[in-house]
Amino acid sequence: MTKGRARWLLLGPAGLWYAALLVLPLAVVLVYSLGERAPAGGYAPALTLAQYANLGSRWAAFQNTLLLAPAGTLAALLIAYPLAYFLAVRANPRWRTLLLVLVIVPFWTSILIRSYAWIFLLGGRGIPALLSDLGLGDIRLINTPFAVLVGIVYGYLPLMVFPIYVSLEKLDKRLLEASSDLGAAPWRSFLQVTLPLSLPGVATGSMLVFILLMGEYLIPQMLGGGKVFFVGNALVDLFLQSRNWAFGSAMAVTLVAIMLVTVTLYMRFLRRIGAARDDTGLM
Amino acid sequence: MAYATQGETIAEFVNTTKRFGRVLAADRLNLKIGKGEFLSFLGPSGCGKTTALRMLAGFEAPTEGRILIDGQEVGAEPAYRRPVNMVFQHYALFPHMTVAENVGYGLRQRRPRLAKEDIAARVTRALDTVRLGDFGPRRIWEMSGGQQQRVALARAIVNEPKILLLDEPMAALDAKLRGEMQTELLSLQRKLGITFILVTHDQQEALSMSDRICLMGKGRIAQIGTPRELYDRPANRYVADFVGRANILTGTVIRNIGEHALVRLASNHDVVVEAPHPVSPGAKVDLAIRPEALRLATAPQPGLPDIVAKLCRMTFLGEHVEYLLSHPALGQLQVMVPRQAERALPGVDTGHEVHILWDQGNGLILGQD
Repeated sequence: MTKGRARWLLLGPAGLWYAALLVLPLAVVLVYSLGERAPAGGYAPALTLAQYANLGSRWAAFQNTLLLAPAGTLAALLIAYPLAYFLAVRANPRWRTLLLVLVIVPFWTSILIRSYAWIFLLGGRGIPALLSDLGLGDIRLINTPFAVLVGIVYGYLPLMVFPIYVSLEKLDKRLLEASSDLGAAPWRSFLQVTLPLSLPGVATGSMLVFILLMGEYLIPQMLGGGKVFFVGNALVDLFLQSRNWAFGSAMAVTLVAIMLVTVTLYMRFLRRIGAARDDTGLM
Repeated sequence: MAYATQGETIAEFVNTTKRFGRVLAADRLNLKIGKGEFLSFLGPSGCGKTTALRMLAGFEAPTEGRILIDGQEVGAEPAYRRPVNMVFQHYALFPHMTVAENVGYGLRQRRPRLAKEDIAARVTRALDTVRLGDFGPRRIWEMSGGQQQRVALARAIVNEPKILLLDEPMAALDAKLRGEMQTELLSLQRKLGITFILVTHDQQEALSMSDRICLMGKGRIAQIGTPRELYDRPANRYVADFVGRANILTGTVIRNIGEHALVRLASNHDVVVEAPHPVSPGAKVDLAIRPEALRLATAPQPGLPDIVAKLCRMTFLGEHVEYLLSHPALGQLQVMVPRQAERALPGVDTGHEVHILWDQGNGLILGQD
C-alpha cells in the first residue's frame, strides 16, 4: 500500500509532464499527419495517407539529416574518445578539474553566438581567405555540408566527452594491472579491457548526440545557409511559411519513426557486443 | 627447509631500494627466494611488503639495486613480460568476461597463439583445480567472495608462472572461509610446486602457511627465518613484539653460561636466558619472554627467583586464561596459563599477589633494532 503510493509519488510529476507534453502532442501530430492542408493554411480534418505519399518531395532534408547526423556522431566520437581518455587516464589529477571546465566553457556562450563566430571563420574572409593567401587555392567552406558538420561536432562535443570520461574515470585501474600481469601489452589491455568497459559511456554519448542531431535546426540554418538543411529546417518551413501543418506532421512522425528504429537497432548491436551493462541506465 | 642456502634460487633482491618521492618504501632489500618455497612478507601496513611484491610483479621499478627472477635481471622489464602472476587483493577480475574467459585471459595473450581447444582444456583443468569445475560460463558478479577468490587463483595458476604472488588474498574473506582457503592454498602449493610469495599483515596466516617469513618494518627487512625461528628467536624488539606476544624487559648481564647468560632484572632477580649472540658482562640488554613461557603459583619454588606480582586482570580465552600482572619494578607482565594449569591457582583473584615462576633458560636476549 505504502509502497504503491510511494511509487506514484515518485513517478507522478515526471509522468504527468511526459503525458501532457510528449504523449499528447505526439498523438496530435499523428492525427494531423493523416489530415490535409486547410485552404488558408493550417489543418483540415481528413483521413488520408496522401501526406506520407508526398514525403519524397522533401527527400533532400531526410538525406541530409540521415547522412550528417550519423557522420556528426561518429566524428564527435572519434574526437571525444581520445580527449576523454586523456582527461580520465593521463591528465595530471591536479589539472583535471580545470581541463574539464575548459571542455564546458564554450557552453557558457549561446550556441547562436558561437555559430555566428563560425560563419565568420568559415566565410569568405575567414579560413578560405587565409588558405588562398597561402596559395592553396579557392575553397568554399560556408554553406557546405562540411560547414554544418564542423558546426555540429563543435556544438555537441562535450555531450560526447562527458559520458565517455565518466566511464573511463571509474574504470578500476587494477584491472589494467591484472591485464598486464597476465601478459597483455598496453595496447592489448586497451582493446581488451579499457575499450569494452568504456562502451557504456560511448553508447550514452552517441545516443545523446545522435538523437539531438536528428532534430537539429539551428546549426544547418546558420552554417548551411538554406543549402544544407535538415528535417528540422523543413519542418519550420512547412509549419511557419507554407502553413502546411498536415505535411509537416507527416514529416515529423516519419523522423520520430526513423529515430526509434535506429536507436533500437543501435541498442541491440551494443547488447550483442556486450556493452549492455546495468550501469548505463540506458539499457 | 633452509631454502636460502640449499636448492635453487628463483628470485633475488639485491640492495633493492624504492623511493616514492621522499618516502623510502623499500630500503636496501637483500633476499633470496628458493624454488618451490612458500615465503611470506609480513608486517604492518606501510612496512614495504606490498612494494616488494609489486616490484617483483613489475608494477614498480626499483629506484636502486636489482631484482632477479630465475637468474635474469628484470629491473626494467614490464609486468607483461615477466614469468610471474599475481592474485590481487580485491581479485581484479574482469567484470565484462565470464569466469572461463577470465581464467583464459593470460593464455589468450600468448604469442604464438595457443589453439582454442588447448586454451579451453587448460582453463577447465585450472577451474577443476580450484573446485569451480562447473562455473566456467558464469558471470563474475554471480560469484560469492570466496568463489571470486578461487577464480583469481585459477586465472593466475593457469599460466604456470615461475612465481605466484599473493597480495593479501584472504583479507576480504570471513574467518571461517579464510581458514579453509589457507589450507587449500597450502595443498595447492605442494601439488603444483610453484614458488608462492604471500603478502600479509596477519601473523597467524604467515606462521601457519610459510616455509619462511620475511618480517618487514619501515621499508627494511627486520628478520628472515622459518616461523619457528621468528617466534622462538626474534632478532630484536620489533620482531618479538610483532610476532606473537612477548613481555619485553630490560636487564644487566652478569655472566655468560655457554649459549645462555645470567641476567639481573630491574627487580634484582637473576634469571638464566638464551643469548643468541655473545654479550659482555655489565651490558644493558633487552629481554623477551613469551607469556606462555612463564608460570604462576601460590608459593615460591626453590631454585627459581621469587617474583611476586599483583594480579590486575584475568581474561578467559577458552583453552587459555590470560593473566595480566603488575610488578613495581618490572611493570606489566602477561602470563598465559593453560586451563589445566589453572587448577594449581585455587582462589586466586584480581588484587591478590601471586608468584611468577621463570624457568631457567626461558626467554632470550634481543639484538638491537
